[in-house]
Amino acid sequence: MSLLELDGVKVHFPIKKGVLVDRTVGHVYAVDGVSLKVEAGETYGLVGESGCGKTTLGRSVLRLVDITEGSVVLDGTDLAKLPGEEMRRFRRRLQMVFQDPLGSLNPRQNIESILSEGMIAHGIGKDQEERREKIKAILDKVGLPSNALARYPHEFSGGQRQRIGIARALVLEPDVIICDEPVSALDVSVQAQVINLLEELQKELGLTYLVIAHDLAVVRHISDTIGVMYLGSLVEEAPSDALYAEPKHPYTKALMSAVPVPDPEVEDKRERILLTGDLPSPANPPSGCRFHTRCPWAQAERCATERPQLRDIGGGHRVACHYAEDIASGKLSLTKGEVVSATREGVEDNPEPDDPETGTSAEDTPAKIPAQAEKTAKDEKPAEASEEPEKAV
Amino acid sequence: MSVATKTDKIQRLAELTATKETSTGASLWREAFRRLKSSKMAIIGAVIIAVFVVIAVVGPYLTPYAPTAQTWRGEVFPNQGKFVGPRGENWFGLDHLGRDMFSRMLVGARQTLLVGVVSTLIGLVAGFLIGGLSGAAATLGGEAGKRVDSVIMRFIDMMLALPSLLLAVSVAAVMGQSLTTVMIAVGVVQVPVFARLLRGSMLAQGGADYVLAAQSLGVRKRRIVTSQIVPNSLSPVIVQATLSLATAIIEAAALSYLGLGNPDPAIPEWGVMLAQAQRFFDNAPMMAVYPAVGIIITALGFTLLGEAMREALDPKLRG
Ligand SMILES: Nc1ncnc2c1ncn2[C@@H]1O[C@H](COP(=O)(O)OP(=O)(O)OP(=O)(O)O)[C@@H](O)[C@H]1O
Ligand code: SF4
Ligand SMILES: [Mg+2]
Repeated sequence: MSLLELDGVKVHFPIKKGVLVDRTVGHVYAVDGVSLKVEAGETYGLVGESGCGKTTLGRSVLRLVDITEGSVVLDGTDLAKLPGEEMRRFRRRLQMVFQDPLGSLNPRQNIESILSEGMIAHGIGKDQEERREKIKAILDKVGLPSNALARYPHEFSGGQRQRIGIARALVLEPDVIICDEPVSALDVSVQAQVINLLEELQKELGLTYLVIAHDLAVVRHISDTIGVMYLGSLVEEAPSDALYAEPKHPYTKALMSAVPVPDPEVEDKRERILLTGDLPSPANPPSGCRFHTRCPWAQAERCATERPQLRDIGGGHRVACHYAEDIASGKLSLTKGEVVSATREGVEDNPEPDDPETGTSAEDTPAKIPAQAEKTAKDEKPAEASEEPEKAV
Repeated sequence: MSVATKTDKIQRLAELTATKETSTGASLWREAFRRLKSSKMAIIGAVIIAVFVVIAVVGPYLTPYAPTAQTWRGEVFPNQGKFVGPRGENWFGLDHLGRDMFSRMLVGARQTLLVGVVSTLIGLVAGFLIGGLSGAAATLGGEAGKRVDSVIMRFIDMMLALPSLLLAVSVAAVMGQSLTTVMIAVGVVQVPVFARLLRGSMLAQGGADYVLAAQSLGVRKRRIVTSQIVPNSLSPVIVQATLSLATAIIEAAALSYLGLGNPDPAIPEWGVMLAQAQRFFDNAPMMAVYPAVGIIITALGFTLLGEAMREALDPKLRG
């Protein structure tokens, strides 16, 4: 059995209206039936456009949002059914690293106090002396000096703050760590350091990760298995290499086609699938296949009426598409959208000013899902991390 | 001030804690303090307050005469239109009963400070409990908590909608004439202000990532409220407390003036003195001017400092 199993997880946020008495006028179907398994010691990467429900899914695992339906089973225990106090105690085994390193640290607590909080809550260490020893050991593991203890979050750089966030999760010795866009708020130069740290810690401590990201390069680099989300559900799941080698779902194909390939010859022939239409609102998702409003291969009738289930189509791929095999074999042709040469002028798919000719490896190139490129650029600006370079520690 | 602007003002102050700048917590205050030091308003306010507090604390021990001593009985006759103005032995002159005005002002300062501080404390403590409960219920209490919160808030809004003096007079009417009455009456008026402020500020903090982080660590809800949310929600409450001291002093004076204050002549209070001086205003206007100026200056001091603090904390008001 897998360490963490999600089965048919749904999180629906009610949309309320009304002055005196709140009326529910609809729901945001943020997560709408996700089933996945995370194996012990492995990393599951979750990718998808902004607003597709990645964060909500991650939070539902920790029950930070109410689970509308479905089960989250950690090591045989269904968390969705645990009463409050038991869930609180269970949180020790499931920890979270947040996207915004500064916002997730209480500005009025010093590092020692921040890192002690969880230990106190779970009765770890008999006195502060003992806790401090443990905290020092963890700080050393994440590469922070022990004189950090008495300092406050604002005194650290972005990368260091994220290390504090990781240390905070580690002191509880969790089995699973959920990383919600752990590096997207960080300066590009610091991103790799933090990712490497996460990898080292996994090797050393046998951690299991659920990594959420919109950056395909980051996810590919550290994931064993990747799940692609679209409008609240998984559209494809496959081992990392298999997914990158041959994406099967039309949505995954479109995402991947935007990622430059390191091999210049392949890169020259790379084709870019341009999606038409906007991302539908999760409050009013399309009928049938959620992707049919934008799918370049959408077929009349069936795609608009019948919702495809995630099914195994061989090669480790689980795909939620009625026509996955036919699309793979080339039997179906495009019904809308456009396939263009990625290197054609005017097709800007890679916001980073790097030249594929130089043979930069895709791992080092933070390729962005096009829909997110703009958002990411915005996100990176306010992060103070970009002003002060990571102090080597 | 209409209810809408009153509520808006409280809301705005509450939101300050949620602004981006707050994420650097400690440095926000450091930054605010730096701004305060260079603000003329803050310095004038602080100096006035300091002088007032010193007078109120040590003044009563330095009075040249007891506030009730009518040693100059021969010189002043009640209601006969003869008054002794400022002179060597009596810097502020004598009142209608021949008591030394200067001594009475010194003793009155302590009463005024006492009324201001105690009634603000009453408002602060009660408002803190109600607002804290409401804010905690709204942020971490789930659906049921939100309902509790909205019931409490409707009640608070009702209190806020009543004209404060009317509310104070009704309380005073129920409790009878005494200094305690004035303090409670003025305090009650401050309760909804503090409650709404703290609750608004807690709500703004409730959605912050560090609160979510504490939850995911498994920290108990009560501790999240007391050690995470509340400490980060205090800045606007501190600002409001400073401003409230001014309001409290004025309102206490108003209540005393209306005849609800302490009738004991041994402990004069500026509001009561002002009320008594009214009868002799034609012949001895100075008798009214001393306490009136005292009230105005101290209220001004607290308002100046409070407003300067508000500005220093509010990024929208920063130049
Ligand atoms: N508490 C909430 N109440 C109502 N709607 C919510 C709530 N939280 C999230 N949503 C909605 O649910 C959808 C999914 O949000 P979520 O934050 O999970 O997306 P995401 O994939 O993490 O996006 P991003 O990449 O921008 O972080 C969004 O449409 C969002 O507006
Ligand atoms: S089911 Fe139809 S609409 Fe959905 S991805 Fe497959 S082809 Fe496209
Ligand atoms: Mg997110």
